[in-house]
Amino acid sequence: MTTATDLSTPASRGADRYPNGPLADVWLVCLRELRPVLRDPASIVFGLVQPLVFVALFVPLLDGMSGGALDLQWFVPGVLVMVALFSTAATGSNLQFEMHTGAHERTLVAPVRRWALVVGRALKEMVPLTVQACVLVAVSLPFGFVPHLLGAVAGLGVLAVFGVGFGALSYALALAVREQDWLFWTIQQAVVFPLMILSGMLLPLDEGPGWMQALGAANPLSHVVDAQRALFSGVFDGDAVRGLLAASAVAVVGLAVAVRAMRRG
Amino acid sequence: MNTRAIDARGLARTFTPRTGEVRAVRGLDLTVEDGELVAFLGPNGAGKSTSMRLLTTLLEPTGGTATVCGHDIRTASAAVRRSIGYVGQGASAGHHQRVRDELVVQARFHGVPRREAADRAERLLADFALEGCAGRTVSTLSGGQRRRLDVAMGMVHGPRLLFLDEPSTGLDPQSRADLWQHVLRMRREHGTTVFASTHYLEEADVFAERVLVMDHGRVIADDTPAGLKAGLAGENGGSGPPPTLDDVFLHLTGRSLRESTVAAPEPTTEGTLP
Repeated sequence: MTTATDLSTPASRGADRYPNGPLADVWLVCLRELRPVLRDPASIVFGLVQPLVFVALFVPLLDGMSGGALDLQWFVPGVLVMVALFSTAATGSNLQFEMHTGAHERTLVAPVRRWALVVGRALKEMVPLTVQACVLVAVSLPFGFVPHLLGAVAGLGVLAVFGVGFGALSYALALAVREQDWLFWTIQQAVVFPLMILSGMLLPLDEGPGWMQALGAANPLSHVVDAQRALFSGVFDGDAVRGLLAASAVAVVGLAVAVRAMRRG
Repeated sequence: MNTRAIDARGLARTFTPRTGEVRAVRGLDLTVEDGELVAFLGPNGAGKSTSMRLLTTLLEPTGGTATVCGHDIRTASAAVRRSIGYVGQGASAGHHQRVRDELVVQARFHGVPRREAADRAERLLADFALEGCAGRTVSTLSGGQRRRLDVAMGMVHGPRLLFLDEPSTGLDPQSRADLWQHVLRMRREHGTTVFASTHYLEEADVFAERVLVMDHGRVIADDTPAGLKAGLAGENGGSGPPPTLDDVFLHLTGRSLRESTVAAPEPTTEGTLP
């Protein structure tokens, strides 16, 4: 004879309306999002194919064009930002898929803080992003890229902060367009490519027209790119600070927009 | 304190898309006592799913009041969510997640400690005949297995009230019967109140103790399956074959197709609860 599974409701945490604390909510959401990534690390490596192609094909080109002024030391930090930009910009599609299937609705009916649902997801972005960045740096080492150790750690930190913010914006876009996949990808592409070109990530903007330089200066991504170049070379100067501030601003704005979108349903 | 599982008074929800106002739920009056198994029927666009979404705090009402397990759906949405399980029309589990992980995380969302959550997950996997799937990703499950997992996830935290929104739609007859046997057994063992919408009237006839029929945003009939059939038989003067629940349903809601009235849009930016 089998006995019934004890499913009695856990004791309440006093007056708290939610069964878990805020950090536990964030952690549980983050962990749930991380599990498939950790179980299938190949997806992280696969995401590096495009950046590696850029490194392999662009560096010789730039080297020749610039007479050696633009080398791996200049290019790799920019590609790290490219990895962060593309991977986090696409992450909202995962939420969109769960909105399609109904899994997202289930989490909305669970007693989890709405803001934690998006913050937990956004924080998860730090892990694959950092792994990808480390792999890219490691692959670049034999070809002459020399990162400053402490600067590289700081650079990855800035990148992670930016990734959380941009990932959050991607989630906000998914929540805004709901089940319209085509609209998500159209907007995503329309935003990502101008941001990339106007950041000086692949080509310097110094020789560009004035309007392009002005747009580049207003682009927070430009500052993140400059910070990566400075930090990976061991230069802790104003560029590094501006990059950190720009990444932080993206994180604050991204999380605020995404939390608002999640609360609105 | 109100101890009813559901107590709704004049509950209403109006959507205002660009195409014009849609009154999806128009003054829903509804009580469900603890321990009941209630079937919630109605044609497409009748307002069943919107009502469910209101009662599960997925949508904010535009009128009326309701308590679920004694908690106000407007002012105590988190307390409502703690007290209920919800199995929506879609899949509850993430396609890329593993079966056991989803059960554990659902329990953890409800404050069940880690070790106990793992223990509950193992026992529910056995209860729902999913032991062999525990380590598989959800996307590899059959339709019947996925639906059993959805119900298990709705039960893992021991809710007082379980909402099932068309739980057996799309399943073959064997899987439907199997799913209901699991629901009935869990209900018997845990005393859970079950509020289930379905388009399969024979399910309602066999499993439900009480049937609510909704149309045009209101409840238009509320009785036992036998009571509803007896009522129609009486109206027919006892002539002809004994009416089925299908006959009752068509008598109450008419024979015209309702696809064109399925106008209640997805909740986009309007009034969801925090």
